[in-house]
Amino acid sequence: MDGFIELDDVRKVFDIRRRTGFLRRERHQVRAVDGISFSVPRGEMVGYIGPNGAGKSTTIKMLTGILTPSGGRLRVAGVDPSRDRTGLARRIGVVFGQRTTLWWDLPLRDSYGLVRRMYRVPEARYRANLERCVELLDLGGLLDVPVRQLSLGQRMRGDIAAALLHDPEVLYLDEPTIGLDVVSKAKVREFLREVNAERGTTVVLTTHDLTDIEQLCKRVMVIDHGRLVYDGGLDGLHAVGESERMLVVDLEHEIPPIAGVPGARTVKVEGPRQWLAFAATSSAAPIVAAVAGRYPLVDLSVREPDIEEVIARMYAERPTP
Amino acid sequence: MADARARRWGDGLRSYGLIVGMWVRSTMAYRLSFVMMTAGNFAATALDFVAIAIMFSHVDALGGFSLPEVAFLYGTTSTAFGLADLALGNMDRLGRRVRDGTLDVLLTRPVPVLAQVAADRFALRRLGRLSQGVLLLAWSLTRLDVDWTPTAVALVPLMLVSGAVIFGAVFVAGAAFQFRADDASEIQNAFTYGGTTLLQYPPTVFATDLVRGVTFVVPLAFVNWLPALRVLGRDDPLRLPAWVDFASPLVALVCCVAAGLAWRTGLRSYRSTGS
Amino acid sequence: MRFGDDEGERGMRLYAAVAVGGFRRYATYRTATAAGVFTNTVFGFIVAYTYIALWNERPHLGGYDRSQALTFVWVSQALLACASLLGGGFQEELQDRIRSGDIAVDLYRPVDLQMWWLASDLGRALFQLLGRGVVPLAVGALAFELALPGDVVTWLSFLLSVLLGVVVSFALRYLVALCAFWLLDGSGVGTLSALLCMFFSGTLLPLNVFPGAFGEVARTLPWAAMLQVPVDVLLGRHHGAGLAVALAFQAAWAAVLLAAGRVLQSAATRKVVVQGG
Repeated sequence: MDGFIELDDVRKVFDIRRRTGFLRRERHQVRAVDGISFSVPRGEMVGYIGPNGAGKSTTIKMLTGILTPSGGRLRVAGVDPSRDRTGLARRIGVVFGQRTTLWWDLPLRDSYGLVRRMYRVPEARYRANLERCVELLDLGGLLDVPVRQLSLGQRMRGDIAAALLHDPEVLYLDEPTIGLDVVSKAKVREFLREVNAERGTTVVLTTHDLTDIEQLCKRVMVIDHGRLVYDGGLDGLHAVGESERMLVVDLEHEIPPIAGVPGARTVKVEGPRQWLAFAATSSAAPIVAAVAGRYPLVDLSVREPDIEEVIARMYAERPTP
Repeated sequence: MADARARRWGDGLRSYGLIVGMWVRSTMAYRLSFVMMTAGNFAATALDFVAIAIMFSHVDALGGFSLPEVAFLYGTTSTAFGLADLALGNMDRLGRRVRDGTLDVLLTRPVPVLAQVAADRFALRRLGRLSQGVLLLAWSLTRLDVDWTPTAVALVPLMLVSGAVIFGAVFVAGAAFQFRADDASEIQNAFTYGGTTLLQYPPTVFATDLVRGVTFVVPLAFVNWLPALRVLGRDDPLRLPAWVDFASPLVALVCCVAAGLAWRTGLRSYRSTGS
Repeated sequence: MRFGDDEGERGMRLYAAVAVGGFRRYATYRTATAAGVFTNTVFGFIVAYTYIALWNERPHLGGYDRSQALTFVWVSQALLACASLLGGGFQEELQDRIRSGDIAVDLYRPVDLQMWWLASDLGRALFQLLGRGVVPLAVGALAFELALPGDVVTWLSFLLSVLLGVVVSFALRYLVALCAFWLLDGSGVGTLSALLCMFFSGTLLPLNVFPGAFGEVARTLPWAAMLQVPVDVLLGRHHGAGLAVALAFQAAWAAVLLAAGRVLQSAATRKVVVQGG
């Protein structure tokens, strides 16, 4: 056991009681997490992804000590989270993307003041951390604005800062970029990269946005039906999932489906617009060049593969247990 | 061990104070609304007494008790309940937090969950109920024809504090129950609002079995009935030994222990089922 | 002409579906319903004993004998949720929609806003009459001697009176909810209206016990239509023409308040159209 986060055959079974008739109830067990093992060294930034209901948030809840595992061994910084939840709480930061922890009617600064006192952050340390967060997350003008007047992106940046004021050793982020505009997304990612590099904070990130993972994580873990189905680099994931990116081209006029571009096939035509699929692991450049050379191109864009799609494809190939 | 427990209590109280402070400041962002809500809270609870006053416009005594005597019962239970309601009255929102998942956020903080839930949406407007109770208690004290021995004088603050603690324990136990049944918040209203309504009237009004129930099963009779009857110089309908009139602090302590155990069981069950 | 009939028929079917939806929605809250029944029953016992003490001192107070007073207690507990005597129901939901601006969408729908919410509230009321009303009344009837009528006609008149009472209750709460168009924070008005309702409906004390001119005024206010009139109908205190007058009193308040709701609603619609939401 040398990882900072260590899971060994961790399981979580829920007893579900469902009403089937007027008085009749049916009991059955759901294995939300069904024997997961992995290890994350200190300072690593990992993506933890999977479709809805796969067991992602159950895992995060066990890692933070909210839920007690039904079996297996789990350690974060050498501590069993479910046994010493409040002790560990001082050393971790959590951001739930859709649940703000900021105080709606009060200036942003007040929420941070509460964090300082709740976590007993020394004054000097607090001031330095706040200053750094304000600088990197561009919160300068917002500290005295009531939270209810902030935009979604500003609020999320505020939430992330709140989770870092007490110098957590590990940061759990649940969908930190959901619903954000492009500029805010970029700012959040840049900040997380900085924090990870500067302080060596371990980061566990769950997201639906593959770009988050691509830009931040060297390592990604995929969970489905409570089991870890992939643990490795992002390229490997694309290879395993045989995922495809999409080149969307707008032509000057309607033409028959484009054919004969090596490495790409046309999957959809809609008037002058056509969709060409190509392997996510290969470069778009030669394909763009080939199309532009032969056809009257007006505009083009490349769409990244959807994480759900990648995983769904992985699943289609893997026989269900 | 004892040291760690004391630290936890200190931590809990300190965080309770911190969160309450935040809610008070939030409330003050809407001052006018706060004033209106407090007045409304005062008026809503005062109407209870208006109904009693209307009753007394038709009769001289209810269950053998005069208006000042009933006002004394009303004032003591309303003050005790008002204190508990002010401090812990929003604990019945726990079920909602379980349903929408926001309880999880509280579980990731380094302070006791009980303190955070107790301070949740702290509502300063509840001073309305409390002040209404205090005013009526004060009025009854000027009107009562009672022999104010040192014992009787001491019993009044004793029953207010013990009563508040007993009601507080009911709030905590009720919230603990919501870990299991997250939309059953109304059950506890029967014991909190129902309890204080019951205690506003003299015990002689009620069936003996009901009085027995609130003495031995859910010990609300210790909030005011038993000590108040001693102050008013009346016998209790169950003919209990005299020392029972002074047992309120002990009963309050037992209630706290029971509520604390219920809370721990509830929280543990939530953490294993994540319901 | 035929076109109009079709339209009307479709409208009726739509509102019926909305009412069924309201009923179903509350029917899913099983634990909450059971908890409510428990609390109503406990309160029923507490209040019943205080009334016994009062009527022991003053038999025939307010023209009720003891069993009639006890009937008042248990029927008011049974109607507490159904007639929303302590507020609640759709009010918060509608206010939320107004505050968030979603109401603009509702106003452009080809259905009438007031009728839509009324249908939904009637569905809720029917469920709560059955789910929250039957058990407390049955417990009360077992534990105490109540003055419940034996003939079907009185029960049917009672149900009609309850229906009218629910409509009055709805119309009042609708007016209060619409205030959210003009007030930033509607909770003050909400609190005030809940207070007036609790006191002047007779939930705390029957209105015929209210003294003198105060009582006379209280008995003509709309809140009297919500509880006092239905109970008196059940107790058989209105016969023949008197019964017609009592029901007409409720119907008149229902009509006046619904009309006021329409006026306020069109003013609100104009405000939304002018301000664009």
